[in-house]
Amino acid sequence: MGHLLEIKGLRVEYRSDESIVKAVNGVSFSLDKGTVIGLVGETGAGKTTTALGIMRLLPAMTGRITGGEIMFKGEDLLKKPPGDMRAVRGAMISMIFQDPMTSLNPVVSVGDQIRESLEIHSVDSRSGSAMDAKVDELLELVNIPSRRKKEYPHQFSGGMRQRVGIAMALACEPELLIADEPTTALDVTIQAQVLELMRGLKDKLETSMIMITHDLGVVAEICDRVAIMYAGEVVEQGSVRDIFESERHHPYTEGLFGAIPSLAAASRRLAPIDGLMPDPTDLPIGCKFAERCKYREAVCGHTAPGADAEGHAIACHRFAGKRHGAD
Amino acid sequence: MALIELVNLKKYFKVGSGYLHAVDGVSLKIDEGRTMGVVGESGCGKSTLGRLSLRLIEASAGEVLCRGEDILKFDARRMRELRREMQIIFQDPFSSLDPRMAVFDIISEPLVEYKACKNRKTLEETVIGLMETVGLAENYINAYPHEMDGGRRQRVGIARALALKPKFIVCDEPVSALDVSIQAQILNLLMDLQDAMGMAYMFITHDLSVVKHISTEIAVMYLGQCVETAATEELFQNPLHPYTRALLSAIPEPRIGKNRGKVIRGEVSDPIDPAPGCRFAPRCDFSSAACGGDIRLEEQRGGHFVACRLYQTK
Repeated sequence: MGHLLEIKGLRVEYRSDESIVKAVNGVSFSLDKGTVIGLVGETGAGKTTTALGIMRLLPAMTGRITGGEIMFKGEDLLKKPPGDMRAVRGAMISMIFQDPMTSLNPVVSVGDQIRESLEIHSVDSRSGSAMDAKVDELLELVNIPSRRKKEYPHQFSGGMRQRVGIAMALACEPELLIADEPTTALDVTIQAQVLELMRGLKDKLETSMIMITHDLGVVAEICDRVAIMYAGEVVEQGSVRDIFESERHHPYTEGLFGAIPSLAAASRRLAPIDGLMPDPTDLPIGCKFAERCKYREAVCGHTAPGADAEGHAIACHRFAGKRHGAD
Repeated sequence: MALIELVNLKKYFKVGSGYLHAVDGVSLKIDEGRTMGVVGESGCGKSTLGRLSLRLIEASAGEVLCRGEDILKFDARRMRELRREMQIIFQDPFSSLDPRMAVFDIISEPLVEYKACKNRKTLEETVIGLMETVGLAENYINAYPHEMDGGRRQRVGIARALALKPKFIVCDEPVSALDVSIQAQILNLLMDLQDAMGMAYMFITHDLSVVKHISTEIAVMYLGQCVETAATEELFQNPLHPYTRALLSAIPEPRIGKNRGKVIRGEVSDPIDPAPGCRFAPRCDFSSAACGGDIRLEEQRGGHFVACRLYQTK
């Protein structure tokens, strides 16, 4: 016990007629109350799939959780029947989506959309007027004047829509908030406003968050812990200090930092990572990054490196102390 | 003489409630072999500016000079000749390539259109040469766009733009849709190509850190106007306009303990028939009554221009 959320060896596959996409391959990490973990990685790393797995919102026809445990407050969410899961979603765990243009219902006023989850979960059987008061409070919390609650999503700007999404997610005071690229679709000045708001919420409400992003800058601003994902695995995790200030890194993390155009960088040229992420329908047996890795050794081709899910853990044969062998 | 010079260029779009001032009096110069980075947030008119400078849309007023001649006065025949020298690379490599054309057809289309190759054999050789230049393996020559990832598709778009050996390329957010590791590959490629072939770029982006790597000069746009322009080094060392400063401090830097400046409040105001004066004033911490007056770009020192009351001499 102790952790609010503990994910152990989560595996998710997407099945189609022709192939099986191995999207998440044994992801483990944990999260304590009031802290923020960043899931970082590029397209196809399995960040969103991990989040949808936690919410049990994977597409029913194709997505399948094939292994692992998701312990939330000591209970395995994967063992819960669908009806019980519905009481968890929105009330105890909620989600903010990437695109504020498409994640709101265009024909329902923003006030009613926020009110919806209060009604569904009717946490403490509030009266109608108490719910109205709560909607006003939530809107003010995300810096939207409550007199605008009768307006529709198209009457708001992108940044404001994203704040409505945040208000909806916070309506039932969830203990865990999963934010899937919440600022990616926004302009930088608006992104800064939304990040400031989220940081304030973390301090004020002590909400734990999983922050999914591809932007290490966003991670540095808001996260306490970071898990770097590659081809469905966590290749490195640790505190923000471990990730941003330690000398020891997974070669992929090293590559990511080299590839980011930075305001502080002295040279004009960037250091890209050669090659591409492996095909998720045909993953290599050994280390998934080996093909693009400049430190590659013979062992990398046949044995997958393992790592702990605590402290500063690096899944790489170079840091053999943490080696667990093939799984 | 500048390769491309924009003089007081304007584009207004008629909308229901008036005129949307997409680009409102922008003047810029781009020399051969240089890269002008055009930076701004969505809706600031940067893509419209790129299209105007290629005359892909007609300007409402102003001039686009190419080696001193106003191309807005060119007839269709002269314009067609000029198009060889001016190309564009689009943001989205998913929608800017025809899904029913194979790589060979996409890259060879401009060559065929302008009869740049004598026979089929030279055409094939040229296409293969272009693929090699942009780092595309030859075995993709018969592939269709959907069979390739974003980075390779963007390379196809670049090869197509290079086919006629242009002198000027507008790059409209060419790396925004790509992952960071791929983004770095494409940025390096664009810089290498410029070193080898000496063309000028107008590099349009919302990302100041990208523009820092690739540009020699930068123009910062806000609501259709250029608010500050300077050499890249100078702009980053000595940003003057409050909006440029706000943009710089808003970028999340990948290191901890960055002392972020104040987050700017509010949002971009309405571009339809905007009030006279500085358009950033409603969000600016330094605004005063004087911001409603006539504010133009003024040179502060060697090539560093800013449009802000704080720096106006009179």
